[in-house]
Amino acid sequence: MASKLPRPVIPTLVAILLLGGWEWYVRSGRVSEVLFPAPSHVLQWFWESLLSGELLAATWVTMRRLIIGFAIGAALGVPLGALCARVRWVRDTLGVLALGLQTLPSVCWVPLALLWFGIREEAVLFVVVMGTLWAVVLAVQESVLNVPPLYLRAAQTMGSNGWHLWSRVIFPAALPGVLSGMKQGWAFAWRSLMAAEIFVVIVTGFGLGSLLNAGRELLRMDQVMGVMAVVMIVGLLADLIFFSPIESWLRRSRGLER
Amino acid sequence: MGNRSETSPATAALTLRNVTKRFDGASGRVTALEDITLDVREGEFLAIVGPSGCGKSTLLSLLAGLEHTNEGTINLGDQPVEAPGRDRLVMFQQDALFPWLNVLENVLFGLRLKPDLTESERLESARYYLNLVGLGNKEKARPHELSGGMRQRVALARSLAPNPRVLLMDEPFSALDALTREQLYGDLQEIFTKRKKTIVLVTHNIREAVCLGDRVVLFSPNPGRVQQVFDVNLPRPRRLNDPSLANLAAEVTEALTSHPAK
Repeated sequence: MASKLPRPVIPTLVAILLLGGWEWYVRSGRVSEVLFPAPSHVLQWFWESLLSGELLAATWVTMRRLIIGFAIGAALGVPLGALCARVRWVRDTLGVLALGLQTLPSVCWVPLALLWFGIREEAVLFVVVMGTLWAVVLAVQESVLNVPPLYLRAAQTMGSNGWHLWSRVIFPAALPGVLSGMKQGWAFAWRSLMAAEIFVVIVTGFGLGSLLNAGRELLRMDQVMGVMAVVMIVGLLADLIFFSPIESWLRRSRGLER
Repeated sequence: MGNRSETSPATAALTLRNVTKRFDGASGRVTALEDITLDVREGEFLAIVGPSGCGKSTLLSLLAGLEHTNEGTINLGDQPVEAPGRDRLVMFQQDALFPWLNVLENVLFGLRLKPDLTESERLESARYYLNLVGLGNKEKARPHELSGGMRQRVALARSLAPNPRVLLMDEPFSALDALTREQLYGDLQEIFTKRKKTIVLVTHNIREAVCLGDRVVLFSPNPGRVQQVFDVNLPRPRRLNDPSLANLAAEVTEALTSHPAK
């Protein structure tokens, strides 16, 4: 029976049921609307803050921080990762350090960042860079070390070496691994940025995290939930629009999947 | 290069003198090759056969310059072989085609490393060799879209296109099915007769060696040594099932099995 229905039917039904149940539960007065707002309230907040421009402004601030921080992290991480793969002692020092720092949630850097940079944009960027950098370093190191030696031998006999070997053989061969490392770095950066924005109010910009925190202080749980939903959607969109298409193109063109 | 036709056919392209290669493995020092002295003549198809562990693939890596000898010398013409170079291209057991490039770009890879060619000369040359191996209509295909035999043909075109002085082949047919293999024997002989390349083929398939080689060098294992050299004076193109070819192959097999195992 179920197999005859188009695939989106059941998820849609479940979503309607869930949201409807939630709406009904809140409206029936069994729970305080202040603590647990109904979906309609969240939607209303979403619409109002969209019209007032507040939501878009906050999203823009957050996205800008994320993109700049991620770009810096990736730009530093790729050469450092390559260096780790190429030079034994760098791998034994920086590579091991990266392994340790990657396990450290980068929000732990917030106190130091505030001391070093002050309550300024640089402090947030630093936290985002720390979230991205080590994941990228490790991914690049791993994928470069895993390039099949056969490719290198074939290229070398054809006269490729040095920069040519790196740019035409090693990097293209390592690219799928590097990309999934960047995806992971992006996810880490996103989480660390949210934490940093909630943790400290940065005067230079009012991001999504600040908006969420403001909701908490005003006891506006519809705003808190609304921002949570936006954070989720932005994360999904980044994956859907940016990472997934590149990844699947890369895999398809190499025959890794159809 | 220009007066190559004037040099006598007995001129050696590759000269190996007392070549010894050892590896330090987990179970101690292993001598892979011991005291190999061998000439590969200009324009000759030399086939090296032997059981696994006789060091034949190691020998090819040495010729390619991917490994270094412990003792003895290897010369290409009058130049010592010290590093990989375009004058000695290798065809590997797996095709080693780059999956991020299409067929034409793969063939162009080696050509693009020759600075003295113009881009249109490179394209022309790449297309010529793709046609030579019968894949002129596949230049836009990705390696994964081709069969194993086709991929190995592209690899052959890629190794031939930069016009190396010597082509080194490391069991390039061993991963293919019998039918495809036989087809490629035919193609390779045709190309060899047409282009008069110097080719060194390493294989464990005695029939293959006799079918393709002008001379067959039989290696014995532990440590790898030259056991015997056979001249193959059969007319080309040779067919794998030719009785005289089969007889000679039997002779080589006989010599191989008569060698006392250590």
